[in-house]
Amino acid sequence: MTAVLATRDLRRSFGALEVTAGVDLALLPGARHALIGPNGAGKSTLINLLTGALRPSAGRVVLAGQDVTDLPVAARVARGLSRTFQINTLFPRLTPLEAVLVAVCRRTGALARPLRRLAGCTAEIDEAHDLVARFGLEAVCDRPTGELAYGQQRLLEIALALAARPRVLLLDEPAAGVPARESAILMSAIAGLPRDVAVLFIEHDMELVFRFAERITVLVAGRILREGTPDEIAGDPEVRRVYLGEDDE
Amino acid sequence: MTLAISMAEPRSRIAARGRWRWPETVFWLALAACYVIFPGHLQLLAQVMIAGLFALSLDLLLGFCGIASMGHAAFFGIGAYAAARLALAGWSEPLTGLVFAGAVAGLCGFACSFLIGRLRSIALLMVTMAIGLLLHEAANRLTWLTGGDDGLSGYDVAPVLGLFRFDLYGRTAFLYCLGVGFLVFLALRRFVHSPFGLGLEALRENERRVPALGIAVQRQVAVVFTLSAVVAGIAGGLLAQVTQSVALEVLSFERSAGVLIMLVLGGAGHLYGALIGAAVFIVARDVLSGLDPVYWYFWLGLILAAVVLIGRGGLLGLARRLPGRFR
Amino acid sequence: MIAELAELGFNGLAYGIVLFFMACGLSITMGLMGFANLAHGATAMLGGYVLVVAMRDLGLPFLASLPAAFAVAAIAGALFEMTICRRLHAAGELDQVLLTIGVVFMAIASATFGFGAGQQAIVMPGYLTGRVAFGPIEVSAYRLFLLALGAAITIGLVTALERSRLGVRIRAAVDNRAMTTACGIDVGRLFTVVFALGSGLGGLGGALSVNLVGLDPSFPLKYLVFIMIVVTVGGFGSMTGTLVAALLLGLADVACKYFLPEAGAFAIFAVTAVVLYWRPQGLFGRLA
Repeated sequence: MTAVLATRDLRRSFGALEVTAGVDLALLPGARHALIGPNGAGKSTLINLLTGALRPSAGRVVLAGQDVTDLPVAARVARGLSRTFQINTLFPRLTPLEAVLVAVCRRTGALARPLRRLAGCTAEIDEAHDLVARFGLEAVCDRPTGELAYGQQRLLEIALALAARPRVLLLDEPAAGVPARESAILMSAIAGLPRDVAVLFIEHDMELVFRFAERITVLVAGRILREGTPDEIAGDPEVRRVYLGEDDE
Repeated sequence: MTLAISMAEPRSRIAARGRWRWPETVFWLALAACYVIFPGHLQLLAQVMIAGLFALSLDLLLGFCGIASMGHAAFFGIGAYAAARLALAGWSEPLTGLVFAGAVAGLCGFACSFLIGRLRSIALLMVTMAIGLLLHEAANRLTWLTGGDDGLSGYDVAPVLGLFRFDLYGRTAFLYCLGVGFLVFLALRRFVHSPFGLGLEALRENERRVPALGIAVQRQVAVVFTLSAVVAGIAGGLLAQVTQSVALEVLSFERSAGVLIMLVLGGAGHLYGALIGAAVFIVARDVLSGLDPVYWYFWLGLILAAVVLIGRGGLLGLARRLPGRFR
Repeated sequence: MIAELAELGFNGLAYGIVLFFMACGLSITMGLMGFANLAHGATAMLGGYVLVVAMRDLGLPFLASLPAAFAVAAIAGALFEMTICRRLHAAGELDQVLLTIGVVFMAIASATFGFGAGQQAIVMPGYLTGRVAFGPIEVSAYRLFLLALGAAITIGLVTALERSRLGVRIRAAVDNRAMTTACGIDVGRLFTVVFALGSGLGGLGGALSVNLVGLDPSFPLKYLVFIMIVVTVGGFGSMTGTLVAALLLGLADVACKYFLPEAGAFAIFAVTAVVLYWRPQGLFGRLA
């Protein structure tokens, strides 16, 4: 099986500091892959390199067999690479339904047609509503996003990313800051992600990582320290020393 | 049954965004009724429509995309000069003249959009201001094209649709401006209620997040900036046709600032705010500079400060807050 | 030819220095608070009129009128900041721009009311009216004075920013406002002080420009553009950037008027647009 998202010797420096120092990562279709590592390991930089928010100093990013290294963010999303953000970055005055509708209309091409009526895009509206409902946001789908609870906004983040029907979904700390009473629905939402979507999640919450991940990559100082199944990673003495050991603090 | 309801509801929610409501009919009927009610002020009312159209073009940018421009008179002026030049060249049919004015302004807008799309906040304000001043300066220098300080005049404008001659009382002028204004308004209303329009609102709400939805921001900006320039150009063309002259003032910074004031005064992002703000502004200017033209500037400044410090959301925002939720 | 070029360069630098005075306060306040104060040109005009009143009506000597212009403009700036600006810190740039443009319009009307629409004439002291020769190069004494004063004040400013406690605080706050606040520094009050100083410098620039470019009520609008260009091209909050941009603009403007009189201000606006296309954050600015 060929990887749906792969990097080849990906590097990125800020001045003299090499934050990403030759990363080879491969995500198989339908994967549940976690990227972990201590603070400052370069996880965020790697995500930004994958999505196109940053350009690499060297190396390639390949999405579904196509070299996307030189493509901007929007073009990568159109080719099937979606992401969520660590900190909510939503559209405060749009309702969840409207926000998801924008993303759905982009995918179907309706967004490019200024002459169409929004009210006439019934297929898109229904799909957007389905997505919103699937994430338990139906009751609030008519309220401005800015008024939603934090956990609900996190769910909307994922719904927005899924609206593009991605092949690869990058979840950047999906559970960060979500209060306990809201996290159950988030967990079930993550568990219920479509099986044909490859999911790469960056997470500090080890419980979540070991619950969902089928493969784990450990990033330390911009390099891949280990990659393996959760059992292999949990049992690896070096990972324990470098990373899990710090988790106690 | 429940399924049918749950499917119909989101559709009607979205449809409600663009539904025509009765106050809108009242608004346009009232505007048309001005023809009978204020027969002595039709020239002024034509100016209101022109300014309203110009403010609409800025609303498209500021109200729907969050792109503020301090040099929007550039496109108004380009439209005015284009219409006047076409008339001077012997083509006096007004409607095609407007199309020409809009097209020339739109082309310039399209060219500018590549610069605009790269800039944010204060730099954006400065560059749009610089573009406006650049054009003002250019028009001042290129006397063979623009007549410089003297402006352009002495051209004929043929009767509208071959039937309605422009008269001294501004009857034709008002109806012409009202008609063009209404048609452009309908087109813009349709535009902002299209999927593309919703995408623009997303851009206004969070411009950094939009690319992550797979939307190419530069393309959005190019389309909307071009369209906005077309509408501004049509407004300028109307002015050139109705007054049968163009002065350098059409490109002035005061006009750019003025249209921003109208929009903020009326309330951005509703389309109607632009029209209401323009009406209040033009009438206020007529009254206040009638008292003493030198100090119009003072009132202008005071209005601006008041709008920012007191009247958030403009007159429309005020009207909405007063009687609770009036929808 | 050489002498001519040298004088052109000299005049350009002198003009640039005046622009620097007018722009540097704005640059710091923008870097510090991101406050878009388009009324800075009005402050400069205030300084100009203070100079005119002090010299013509009160009979003060030129050199004594300059501090007066600084002081009045600084006080006006502080009052403006404490009463109005403060309420708009949280608002968007557009609100700030609109409000300050409103202030500009009111200032124009007030100046017309008080002083009429015409140019203001002042009689300069004798030692500043003549020309000074350096070998084959002959320059105006006033511009030489401007350059000397400019160099002195710039060095003073830079030293103050580098050495004084206030300077350290300002630089820290421009760099990282949240962190500076966390260190127990009242950035709000710091801002008032900086705003007043910046307004004072603007007023000084306005006073110095009376004998160079003239003074009439349209001053705030006319020079607003140049001030904004200097600030944007230089990069907000960067002293060096503002100085370099101001000198470049001064040189460019003088050269333009000399070599390309038909082009007018056109060339300058065009260059500004190109620079900002190339570096939206300004020459010396950092990407936010």
